[in-house]
Amino acid sequence: MTQPAIETEGLTKVYGSTRAVDGIDLAIPRGGVHGFLGPNGAGKTTAIRMLATLIRPDGGSGRVLGYDIERQSDEVRSRVGLTGQFASVDEDLSGRENLRLIARLYGFRGGAATDRADELLAAFSLDDAGDRQVKKYSGGMRRRIDIAASLVVSPELLFLDEPTTGLDPRARNEVWDIIRALVRHGTTVMLTTQYLDEADQLADRISVIDSGRIIAEGTSSELKASVGSGTVHVRVMHRADRDAARAILSKELGVGLDTTHDPQALVAALEDRSGVTRALAALEAAHIELAQFALGQPTLDEVFLALTGHTAEDTEEEAA
Amino acid sequence: MSAQTATAEPAAPRTDAIASALTSVARPPRPSALSTSITFGWRALLKIKHVPEQLFDVTVFPVMMTLLFTYLFGGAIAGSTADYIAYIAPGVLVQSVLFITMYTGSNLRTDIDRGVFDRFRSLPIWRPSPLVGMLLGDAIRFLVASLITAAVCLAIGWRPGGGVLGVGAGIALVLVFAFSLGWIWTFLSLVLRTPQAIMGVAGFTLMPLLFGSNIFVDPSTMPGWLQAWVDVNPVSDLVTAVRALMDGTELGGELVMALAWSAGLVAVFGTLTMWRYRDPR
Repeated sequence: MTQPAIETEGLTKVYGSTRAVDGIDLAIPRGGVHGFLGPNGAGKTTAIRMLATLIRPDGGSGRVLGYDIERQSDEVRSRVGLTGQFASVDEDLSGRENLRLIARLYGFRGGAATDRADELLAAFSLDDAGDRQVKKYSGGMRRRIDIAASLVVSPELLFLDEPTTGLDPRARNEVWDIIRALVRHGTTVMLTTQYLDEADQLADRISVIDSGRIIAEGTSSELKASVGSGTVHVRVMHRADRDAARAILSKELGVGLDTTHDPQALVAALEDRSGVTRALAALEAAHIELAQFALGQPTLDEVFLALTGHTAEDTEEEAA
Repeated sequence: MSAQTATAEPAAPRTDAIASALTSVARPPRPSALSTSITFGWRALLKIKHVPEQLFDVTVFPVMMTLLFTYLFGGAIAGSTADYIAYIAPGVLVQSVLFITMYTGSNLRTDIDRGVFDRFRSLPIWRPSPLVGMLLGDAIRFLVASLITAAVCLAIGWRPGGGVLGVGAGIALVLVFAFSLGWIWTFLSLVLRTPQAIMGVAGFTLMPLLFGSNIFVDPSTMPGWLQAWVDVNPVSDLVTAVRALMDGTELGGELVMALAWSAGLVAVFGTLTMWRYRDPR
């Protein structure tokens, strides 16, 4: 049981001339949530599909829960669950029929399969919708039945591929609650997402992936720290004071300050925070009144921009 | 069910119950290959229950084919429809069923595109079982098509010499061949990317197999090059064997040939399908 959840070396998948996954090395321990963060087309889904043994790598190797994803794929399959845009349920069948189907495929006999389906429907508050066709479910209900289908037997490792894409905020929070409950139980979760706040909320550690490569790895705070210790936002009370304030802040903080379209505002990225207290005192001494003085950690959006040179949303669709 | 209940969001999931569901049951032993294949066949039946329109093609198409060909060609080819039905009935049954097999390919492609297939492929089961189960479920559709074609032929004057047993044996042979032919379409659906492309290629493949055969006319009236094709066409062997079974006449080597072709199709296209299935696009 000491084997890590996921280990890969140089894992690669090539589609035509595109290196969808271009040699990734991962070492992910058991327990908690590991976030796989990147824009559409970054290679997240392709990497997950290789780890879940749905497609075969073109290079490198991978072990999931200690089993080789190519030579021991059956061992991997019996220990992991998969939910996502590419692993869903049959829309033509009802929710209950889908769960009974999966339960029977795992070896539950008729009555036991029905009991298991009913237990999961109740836990996911889908008892009333159980006999409706899944195509008539809302987005949030749909995601619940997808996740329930992955829990028919308890997986040691659950792959969740963009579980909240397209959900409204309420349904999104419900999925987050489900993920937290699974983690408390001891399930390891590998989560792909293009939402930075989702990784921030859920993931213990994050791998940032772009163009098939891992470009950064660490906790959310470590990633944020790697792009400087944050930003300072200052608004002066009277716009006439702005230039004076800019000169004082620039001297005390040791960095240049940018102006924005707001004529009272100043903004700067800080290398370190040691000058902040002195800067405030100096502004006070110069009788410059402040409307706002805020010190913030960088957002993951800013992290992504700093790491990749582009924002998280502006890459094209992922090629299947 | 009112519109209101259909759109109402249910209560939030019960995370405590989810956590307890994770530990509440012991994992059952791994099911056999036969058991999982039958479970997928059960899924096909559930789909027919929810989408009964799926049976439209297997009911309307055979009726149309039988009536059209019998009355269109009957007088010209055999002198009368009554004589022609005796010749064409087994052949038109073969044609109706084999034509419908191509829907297997487009149905599979739809499953792949909707993401259901990745769920199945992520399960620790005998790998071909989703496909075998799908073809088993289709066999029900083929059986419906066979029975309807036979009923229409009987209604317009077909009196097979082989009796109920002979007709039953003939239909069984057609089902075996259709199941085997289905593996070509499963392979196509893993290679081609849209249901339309699969239907297109399947149509082009079936056309020479079905029309370049002895289904409609005696090949002795055909030019030499066409006779040569009809001779090697496996559908001709199948039709000859089905005719012999249904008419109650002596069976030749065609039965063995039809079964050998079936085995060959499964061996070649079953293998190709499973090879693509491991790493599909």
